[in-house]
Amino acid sequence: MTRLVQRLGWPGTIALVVILLLVLVAVLAPWVAPYPQQGVGVPNVAAKLSSPSAQYWLGTDHLGRDMLSRIIYGTRISLTNGVLIVAFSLLIGLPVGLAAGYFGGWIDEALMRGTDVFLAFPALLLAVLMAAALGPGFLNSIIAVSVTWWPWYARLARSEVLVLRNQPYVEAARLAGVSHGRIIIRHILPATGRPLTVQAALDVGPALLTAAALSFLGLGVLPPTADWGQMVDAGRKFFPARWWYSATPGLTIFIVALAFSVLGDALRERKGGTARASA
Amino acid sequence: MPLLNIRNLSVAIPTPDGDVHAVRSVSLEIERGEIHGVIGESGCGKTMTGMAALGLVPKGARIAADRFHFDGEDLRENAARLRGRRIGMISQDPAAALNPVLSIARQMDDVLRAHRDMPRQARHSEAVELLAATGLPDPERVLKSYAHQLSGGMQQRVVIAQALATGADFLIADEPTTALDVSVGAQVLALLRKLVAERGLTVLMITHDMDVIAEACDRATVLYAGLSVETGPVHDVLQRPGHPYARALLAALPDAAPHGAKLEAIEGSIPPPRSQIDGCAFAPRCPQAMPVCALQAPPERTLAAHRWLCHLPEGSA
Repeated sequence: MTRLVQRLGWPGTIALVVILLLVLVAVLAPWVAPYPQQGVGVPNVAAKLSSPSAQYWLGTDHLGRDMLSRIIYGTRISLTNGVLIVAFSLLIGLPVGLAAGYFGGWIDEALMRGTDVFLAFPALLLAVLMAAALGPGFLNSIIAVSVTWWPWYARLARSEVLVLRNQPYVEAARLAGVSHGRIIIRHILPATGRPLTVQAALDVGPALLTAAALSFLGLGVLPPTADWGQMVDAGRKFFPARWWYSATPGLTIFIVALAFSVLGDALRERKGGTARASA
Repeated sequence: MPLLNIRNLSVAIPTPDGDVHAVRSVSLEIERGEIHGVIGESGCGKTMTGMAALGLVPKGARIAADRFHFDGEDLRENAARLRGRRIGMISQDPAAALNPVLSIARQMDDVLRAHRDMPRQARHSEAVELLAATGLPDPERVLKSYAHQLSGGMQQRVVIAQALATGADFLIADEPTTALDVSVGAQVLALLRKLVAERGLTVLMITHDMDVIAEACDRATVLYAGLSVETGPVHDVLQRPGHPYARALLAALPDAAPHGAKLEAIEGSIPPPRSQIDGCAFAPRCPQAMPVCALQAPPERTLAAHRWLCHLPEGSA
């Protein structure tokens, strides 16, 4: 623990703890949520729009569901969103970047110019366009965000490969007649994968934010599934009189986004880091 | 017929400031089963000649030659196919030629898998055999090791074993001993000699070290400014160098100077690779230069298998 604080500093450590708690809460949602039924979406109209109290710590929404339970169930959606977006993006971006960097020449030109097309649009606008075209829904919103996300991984992977490609041991393997596929899997992928997975882990936060933005616009997960962005949106009608409806999920988004960003900064500036750890 | 037969090879690399003549005119005849040394100072084109034979010249480089054949096949068309199959490469720095995070077994197996259609178990015993052939004690342990756990000499042996694993019968060794201790370097040279004798390999040895030529090579070619200026049996080249540059190289050896005396050096430097050369390339630095040297390309002098380019008549050294 002291070593962790030394490495990340206090803000980074706190951010890490917040994120770990979030994951724990997501996994244990049915046990930590005070009203698991309402968290899933069962209405409780008798208590609709109650203000925060000992019974409902964060108040209830327009169907009387406990906000705290909704937010806790929302962590599941948000985290899966973030992780899946990053995973999909890696799945597309990594092979594209590997091929472009490794083979170079016209393959590189073609792939990277194609990538540039996606980067030419503002990311959120493109995501909204995609989501609108595909229609709302859990998987569609993930695909929509991934489409704007993968070009960054393609670029990062390519830049890593450009360095590795000219390593003498890669040239030696090529000279010894080892096939391209095997060289990529053995020599290139493991060394590219590490910086890329670090980047991807840090991207879960921003990705989940973008997904929340989509669902705020009504292009994400559909009710009754709990989702932070969609809850902020639903609460707008009752704002500011029933301020907790929009504010509590909004504050949650803020805290989570802040935690990821602080952790990202801490990792970048980490003291006593080694070359291996930074890779 | 020579295994590698190069006649007037030139490699020009276009740049915005004009062509760089990395290799101007190199002729090489390497017979099967010999170790042929190519010697010259930095920038004389020795490495580029080797790279051209592997088909690995920089993008856009122009290769021209009257003859550029390996075992009857034109290297201009077939280098990429022969590379890694019949032509292997031993690089200067064995530590860099091995991936630091993969075991030797992995890397040996990758090469064997690319060239031999054998089950896993057979590949393993083949790897053990190849490592043993390079004189590594306890090959099983070496296979389990990583590059950093081996000494420089052991790493170079592994690299040589990898080159053998491709089934290549012609190896291009680019300064294989430069990164090694003198005593270890001598062992590696002895190993190459042994492999040539036992396996019928042929080796093109690129070096800047006359000692390596004397120790390991059967024949040698001296390069200067991208030109092959002298070639012949090592004995002749070392004992009776014909070209003044070869004589100067030998005189510059520390052993050649009496103890305590100032070491000989060759004044000046090689002509810039972009320039056009009229007459003899070495003329500006040559202690015996005559007026004709700056004007006319030198004629070829021949003494049995020993050939060199010089305006000075034979025996005037």
